[in-house]
Amino acid sequence: MCLGIPGRIVEIDDNPLMRMGKVDFGGVIREVCLAYVPEAQVGDYVIVHVGFAISRIDEEEAQETLRLLAEMGLSVSDELEGGKER
Amino acid sequence: MGEKRPGNSCALCTSAVETFEKLRGLCALVVKSKMTVTTFTDSFRDPDAARALAEAIRARSTRPIRLMEFCGGHTHAILRYGIPSLLPETIDLRSGPGCPVCVTSATDLDRAITLAQVPRAILTTFGDMVRVPGSRASLSQAKAQGADVRVVYSPLDALQIARQNPDRPVIFLGVGFETTAPMVASAVVAAETEGVGNFYVFSTHKLTPPATRAILDAGEVALDGIIGPGHVTTVIGSEAWRFLPDDYTIPVAIAGFEPLDILRAILALVEMIEEGKPDVANAYARSVRPEGNPAAQQVMERVFEIADADWRGFGTVPASGLRLREEYARFDAGRAFPVEVEPAREPPGCRCGEILRGVLRPPDCPLFARACTPEHPVGPCMVSAEGACAAYYRYGNLERRTAHVEREM
Ligand code: SF4
Repeated sequence: MCLGIPGRIVEIDDNPLMRMGKVDFGGVIREVCLAYVPEAQVGDYVIVHVGFAISRIDEEEAQETLRLLAEMGLSVSDELEGGKER
Repeated sequence: MGEKRPGNSCALCTSAVETFEKLRGLCALVVKSKMTVTTFTDSFRDPDAARALAEAIRARSTRPIRLMEFCGGHTHAILRYGIPSLLPETIDLRSGPGCPVCVTSATDLDRAITLAQVPRAILTTFGDMVRVPGSRASLSQAKAQGADVRVVYSPLDALQIARQNPDRPVIFLGVGFETTAPMVASAVVAAETEGVGNFYVFSTHKLTPPATRAILDAGEVALDGIIGPGHVTTVIGSEAWRFLPDDYTIPVAIAGFEPLDILRAILALVEMIEEGKPDVANAYARSVRPEGNPAAQQVMERVFEIADADWRGFGTVPASGLRLREEYARFDAGRAFPVEVEPAREPPGCRCGEILRGVLRPPDCPLFARACTPEHPVGPCMVSAEGACAAYYRYGNLERRTAHVEREM
């Protein structure tokens, strides 16, 4: 139930009742409430739970994590000589 | 315990094959200058990085430890990606109470079923709730007998049904943790603003830190660390878990839902345990901030107040649930339609309560994969996709998950 799906904001409707928008989930576009991510802009990635964005994905954090993981992955591949399967 | 699943190939082999397929088949890790949606999923499933993390965990882990993943979404991901088979023998993973459908008490479910029978009422809720057996029936059985029960994706959809049916009471059965309660609160605020007078919420919302405390206070299962729920913590903030190192001297690592997120959290926990430095680690920083999501917290606090709550498997846990505040009493289905239910009965033989407390694992239940299957679920832990029994059944009863170090508590 705490499922959250990442998607990209493609449109924002700053409706005074509730900030809404359209979010692209890999091709499927859905109406999403953006009230909890007042800072989010078109083009940002958000995590959506039951129709509400609960966070704006911090791209720098994501990149940094991936970079660290890539380094770890590369060093292991080297050790395994060409990254053979275990 | 090599349980066989009826009509299925060996569960262990299936899961091992699945693990390697998952780890091998997915795209290589490329750090792109511009993110795409798949970057947030595929990259966090990268096989080389998973192996590297597993190696690092293996290298760091010297003594037997038991970790609990609070969240049912984590249980699901852990089994789906075969994470136990990557971990060293020293690490025992236990599922926790983080399946909202599963921890909904039979009494609350019976009340919801009775609410569905209020004349002309429309009862709306999330999909999983409909199939969960209450003491005498499930919501889907109530529906078969004429009750108007509708599955919605979002509480806003329930509000929309209320707008479209102004002459009928529309009751939303609110289940879920801090991740979900804000959305229900937002629907109530919207109903108030728009003057939708026929929208009601039956709140069974629950709070995750008090349940974690209840498990630790009960001391039935010794835990060395907690894998913190990623989306609950996106809302409440990682600092909300500070009590774990402070009061219980055990570390917590907040995890996302991709295999690398979970492995990173396990590595962080192993490091904190080995160093004897319990702390709050955030292995899901792309979504989780220390302070959480203030806008979501505000609306939740505006509409709800903290109350005692009934948890399946735990009984009443003080200050562990959310009820509508007095100012919003007219939206409270419990107050608008007071219903009496007979004392609840748990499904006979079901060990879901002990599984939710981390005391037992699904294969320890004598009904698991025999009398109880996803097609014919006996208890809620087999109904919900986040239920531990459903996850074990679906992804195989991993030998590794059971061949853990036996340890006195
Ligand atoms: S296998 Fe079925 S009966 Fe046994 S604990 Fe799980 S849900 Fe309950």
